[in-house]
Amino acid sequence: MPVLRDISLDIGSQGLTAVIGPSGTGKSTLIRCINRLVEPSSGEIWFEGRDLTQLKGLALRQARARIGMVFQEYNLVERLTVIENVLCGTLSRVSPWRAFMRRFPQPMVNRAFELIEAVGLDEGFARRRADQLSGGQRQRVGIARALMQSPGLVLADEPTSSLDPKTSVEVMDLMARLAAGQGVPIIVNIHNVELARRYAHRIIGMSKGEVVFDGAPEQLTDADLRTIYGGEDWLG
Amino acid sequence: MSAQPALKMAPHQAFVPNWGARLAWAALAVYVIYATGTLEISLERVWRGLDNAGRFLGRMFPPNTEADKLELIRSGIVESLQIAVLATVIGVMLSLPLGLAAARNLSTPTLSWAARALIAVLRSFHPVIVAILFVKAVGFGALAGVLALIVSTLGFVGKLFAEVVEEMNPKQVEAVRATGAGFLNVLIMGVMPQVFARFIGLSVYQFDSNLRNSTMVGIVGGGGIGAPLFTAYQRFDYDVVFTILIIIIALILLCEVFSAQVRKVFQ
Repeated sequence: MPVLRDISLDIGSQGLTAVIGPSGTGKSTLIRCINRLVEPSSGEIWFEGRDLTQLKGLALRQARARIGMVFQEYNLVERLTVIENVLCGTLSRVSPWRAFMRRFPQPMVNRAFELIEAVGLDEGFARRRADQLSGGQRQRVGIARALMQSPGLVLADEPTSSLDPKTSVEVMDLMARLAAGQGVPIIVNIHNVELARRYAHRIIGMSKGEVVFDGAPEQLTDADLRTIYGGEDWLG
Repeated sequence: MSAQPALKMAPHQAFVPNWGARLAWAALAVYVIYATGTLEISLERVWRGLDNAGRFLGRMFPPNTEADKLELIRSGIVESLQIAVLATVIGVMLSLPLGLAAARNLSTPTLSWAARALIAVLRSFHPVIVAILFVKAVGFGALAGVLALIVSTLGFVGKLFAEVVEEMNPKQVEAVRATGAGFLNVLIMGVMPQVFARFIGLSVYQFDSNLRNSTMVGIVGGGGIGAPLFTAYQRFDYDVVFTILIIIIALILLCEVFSAQVRKVFQ
């Protein structure tokens, strides 16, 4: 029984697309199929002129390098420092020997420091270990790591679900701003409909593995939300 | 809530008796009593033994500190230490790839099965038995001892390191993989940071253990302090035995302090 069915989406090269829907509906699976952290059983996913589902080995790694990813639980390497975590974004371009000796090319190191600043952390954080940071700070590092890849697409899997409401807004704001600044499209899975409305230029509503809404945030009505999530008591 | 009349009910049973466990404990008790009987272990026998032990301990004092004996002991101890250090360094370096290959979350099913089988074989014999094999194979001396302890290092560190790798957080590894990093880079930046401190801990523990075992492989011809110790026992030179034992204890204690320091550095 496939998790996703009959999904055909065309994501533009700009802007933030939010995917909303109840838990267990396949939002994560959808996003993870794109960079093949989950293997799709059938179908095609085209990105920068190539069908991602057909790639193997080096070609797959090169495609992944073009796709940054931000995770719900940040997924930083806890025992590495902030700068090391950000430099993980260069690993597709750096030899194992350089990575092992931590001899990253200087332009990459400079870029990493720029990004740490760009996500709102100051230089003093660079040499702190990731496990000493708060949730919001970690997610900022996660965003810096994704941008370090100089990606052509950023995927964010519930990037705010582990954060408090204020930090959630800050993180969404940061992602939307940086992506717009670099002209990189973002696909965000998100539970918070308000945040989706506020930051997305397009909302995709999913229910039971199918797309049931696809349109601009202004077009999303309570009737659509009922179709997506079912029931109506929660709409108040 | 509707008011119910207080009924007389059977008391709730919070803990169900585990008859299987009770049976197992009873069986163990019966076996211990039976074994004590067949091995002729009695209070009277213990008394007789204590008497003998008293005479034995008496002959240990004072420890022998003659210059020629000390020189013999010194060269034996130095050799034991060298055996332990060499076996640990080489064994630990080989255990790293072996443990990674054996970890089921990282390697392929076939490779991990093969690595696990190898580890099981390496672990099945006591270091002394392995030392006997190597003494027969490569001849008397420290080489046999080093090889024997490399085998036990591979078995222990390889097995436990594989378990450490299997317990690591897969999300951190997935995130590094998602950046397009190749296998070696994932290993260097995603896996090793998570497991390295515990790998060092295992290695230091194994050094402890190798040091103790290196004093023993000599008994079967594997080099080190074991041979002089065994000879002294057989010649009833209990004062020499005592000197050697004191030095071994001091060495192990020193090693304990050293291990604690190493662990702190790699925390």
